[in-house]
Amino acid sequence: MQKYSVFSLVKNAFTNHENWEVAWKDPQPKKEYDVIIVGGGGHGLATAYYLAKEHGITNVAILEKGWIGGGNVGRNTTILRSNYMFDSNAHFYEFGMKLWETLSQELNYNVMYSPRGIINLAHSDAQMNAYARRGNSMRLNGIDAILLGRDDLKKMIPFADFSETCRFPIHGGLMQPRGGTARHDAVAWGYARQADSMGVDIIQNCEVTGFDVNNGKIEGVQTSRGNIKTKKVGLCVAGSTTLLADMLNMRLPIEAHVLQACVSEPVKPLLHNVVTFGAGHFYCSQSDKGEMVMGGDLDGYNSYAQRGNMPMIQHVLTGGLAVFPNFSRLKMLRTWGGIMDMSMDGSPIIDKTHIEGVYLNCGWCYGGFKATPSSGFVFAHTIAQDQVHELNSDFNLERFHTGKIIDEKGVGPKPWIG
Amino acid sequence: MLEIKCPYCGKRSQNEFSYGGDATIKRPQLGDEISTEDWDNFVYYRDNPRGKHSELWHHVSGCRQWFKVSRDTATHEIFDTCKMNEDFNV
Repeated sequence: MQKYSVFSLVKNAFTNHENWEVAWKDPQPKKEYDVIIVGGGGHGLATAYYLAKEHGITNVAILEKGWIGGGNVGRNTTILRSNYMFDSNAHFYEFGMKLWETLSQELNYNVMYSPRGIINLAHSDAQMNAYARRGNSMRLNGIDAILLGRDDLKKMIPFADFSETCRFPIHGGLMQPRGGTARHDAVAWGYARQADSMGVDIIQNCEVTGFDVNNGKIEGVQTSRGNIKTKKVGLCVAGSTTLLADMLNMRLPIEAHVLQACVSEPVKPLLHNVVTFGAGHFYCSQSDKGEMVMGGDLDGYNSYAQRGNMPMIQHVLTGGLAVFPNFSRLKMLRTWGGIMDMSMDGSPIIDKTHIEGVYLNCGWCYGGFKATPSSGFVFAHTIAQDQVHELNSDFNLERFHTGKIIDEKGVGPKPWIG
Repeated sequence: MLEIKCPYCGKRSQNEFSYGGDATIKRPQLGDEISTEDWDNFVYYRDNPRGKHSELWHHVSGCRQWFKVSRDTATHEIFDTCKMNEDFNV
């Protein structure tokens, strides 16, 4: 594989950039693979990469219905953080943050990791207390957290509404300085390029239409490009998980919901952090191009449509204008939607299933992007070793039976409220 | 914008309603011997279909009645709505 560096850039400049190698090949599916990953999004590509790199399993195919990175990894708001309170979440996401910090070097691909800090604003004394508690929990788990006062924030986001008479005055906030953003497409492409170079077949325009299961064991998958044999299948299909699980007679604690995001026209540098409004659901960061990248609530009803409706955009931006009144004159550039695999406790599921050789990676709710490296790492371990990694041992299916759920938000099994 | 026909008030815009989830879920019968699997299914497990979905909506900024909606989760098309003690016609 051609290494990307300033020297290769200069060298290729002399030939008009016409001689770059393709970043990944376009192979025909083989008759049989050791492992098949369904879903060529961030998690699927990362899983294939870590299968090859950490476990030496390179006879792997990624089957993608559309094109790689065309689903949620291309539709998210690119936020990275590990500001969780519960141990299982904190350990898992913090492991991921450490992978993010060196990911560009590891993949020889600039994922533009930007630790610009994520700030959760607080609008009441009670919320400040809750954030102090969360910050303390984070620090006990070795995660960076700073409790900010109103005066600290006035220096950091002076254009926010700091008036004392507004409906939700800013009392302070909780900041994770290492949190931030990364270039989402680069993450998918970087993993794809490295996985391909180690022998993984990335097969696009290949829809899985069925599974061959015999005596409780997986034997192969049926696809729009023919039948392929395998002993192990990993499902990384986010919002479409139920559609595949139905083919395996598996009922899941998952509902599909549409989540929208939007970006404004590009403006000069203004917002240097990721900021979330604490009295409604609105979060925002400024992209390197200058666009304000904004998101908020689910549309609030079951949906498999990768598009939402205007009422929720209006609702989210109303919250946004409450905290950043100067955004009112920004023009909206575009809005889009993605399908979230909302689990019933808001936490992911990375586990084996009742079928031998079928592994499940789903339930990412709003938070799949930041988990891309850690999810791929532990899912590759789960598939390769046929047992869960200690970091995903709590993200099991069994918890919906035993009651040991990981309900970070405490909203109960009503995903449309979360 | 969804336009939802409340069985009591007629067509209203989506803004007046709130969502109540899958309408096919039934609480296990009181007094019966109930297995933990039945409870799991009631509390956590959903069919989550892509296509026709029966669901509950609440006309929260209107008559405040709960009712049932048959809607397509892939296209957002609403086929029919009915009162809680009725069945869909479509």
